[in-house]
Amino acid sequence: MTRSIPMTMLLLWAGSAVAGQPSQTPTPAALWKEECAACHMAYPARLLPAESWKAIMAGLKSHFGTDATVDAPAAAAIERFLVANAGMRAVRSTGGPVPLRITTSPWFIREHREVAASTWKRPEIKSPSNCTACHTGAESNNFSDDLSGTSGGRRR
Amino acid sequence: MTHLIPLALATAALSIGGAVSAAAPREFLSRFENAARSADASFVPTAARGAAFFTAKHATAWSCSSCHTPDPKAQGKHAATGKLIQPLAPAAQPDRLTDPAKVDKWFRRNCSDVLNRECTPREKADVVAWLLSIR
Ligand code: HEC
Ligand code: HEC
Ligand code: HEC
Repeated sequence: MTRSIPMTMLLLWAGSAVAGQPSQTPTPAALWKEECAACHMAYPARLLPAESWKAIMAGLKSHFGTDATVDAPAAAAIERFLVANAGMRAVRSTGGPVPLRITTSPWFIREHREVAASTWKRPEIKSPSNCTACHTGAESNNFSDDLSGTSGGRRR
Repeated sequence: MTHLIPLALATAALSIGGAVSAAAPREFLSRFENAARSADASFVPTAARGAAFFTAKHATAWSCSSCHTPDPKAQGKHAATGKLIQPLAPAAQPDRLTDPAKVDKWFRRNCSDVLNRECTPREKADVVAWLLSIR
């Protein structure tokens, strides 16, 4: 019990140091929403393993063809947040590269095997990464809407 | 030397403004304009040059208008992901050009995507002059 007090103080201190302004320290979740939801939806942390998030955060300068750099303190906080909430599916230690995409994961391909190739390319869908085009609840982390019988398309 | 002091004060005021409250869009124009003037005293921000810069291709497949459209009052769409982007003109979207950290961050990222380098103070002053000229 005694250890928890200094620990809390340390966390508080670290928290205010991150933002440099103790008055309105954004939470790691708020930083994540701010920095990772500008160009696409904020992909839920549970959809990739910790190794993948670390690799993504290390490569923001050249992030899928765009510059997505974040200042160092915010990047550290976001990485801690993603790793703490990462999915349990560990990357198989086959020595291959760490996957950077959700959409190339075996589970993703399996769940979407009924979606026709032509559907992915529809202009309003554009790419499998555009979860919100089909899963209307994606922003609130809900992917279990029933899309069967919609030719893998939009249900509105 | 004398004009360095107001500049330093303005910069200090901006950074304090960023932490405590929002900055006014005009402050960005003075900031970029002053920075450009320190290299070329005759520089005057020009909206038409800003518009031309914004819609032209430079070093990559994208121009600024690839994501923001050529009309600063229109809603844009991210060229890679399709995500909607609110208009850039403060006249159409009041929170534009109010947060120094946000403005610096997006100039850094977007210029790197479009020009493969940072934008110069002249380019930023021209673009901001153009965005502010939209009513
Ligand atoms: C400057 C724009 C931009 C920002 C900011 C950004 N991204 Fe991305 N991101 C992209 C683009 C472009 C893609 C590729 C989308 C596609 O292929 O359709 C992408 C793809 C991804 C993917 C892969 C999606 C898939 O296909 O499975 C992940 C994961 C991701 N981003 C995470 C992040 C995280 C975490 C952050 C915040 C640190 C972030 N992004 C911030 C532009 C951005
Ligand atoms: C072209 C439309 C489309 C896109 C884009 C899409 N999905 Fe799906 N998704 C589906 C369909 C169809 C299913 C099949 C199951 C169903 O009926 O819900 C599905 C199933 C799923 C499931 C399983 C749901 C469950 O409860 O069994 C998850 C998780 C999921 N998608 C996540 C994602 C994520 C994450 C993205 C973006 C990276 C994405 N999807 C993009 C159409 C799409
Ligand atoms: C690949 C897409 C893309 C391109 C190309 C692009 N931008 Fe952006 N821009 C964005 C996104 C995404 C945002 C942030 C989203 C938001 O704030 O709504 C943004 C935000 C901005 C902002 C922030 C304004 C504020 O105060 O909120 C400015 C300024 C800006 N862009 C200028 C430019 C300029 C100048 C260029 C050309 C050099 C450019 N953009 C090219 C996608 C792009």
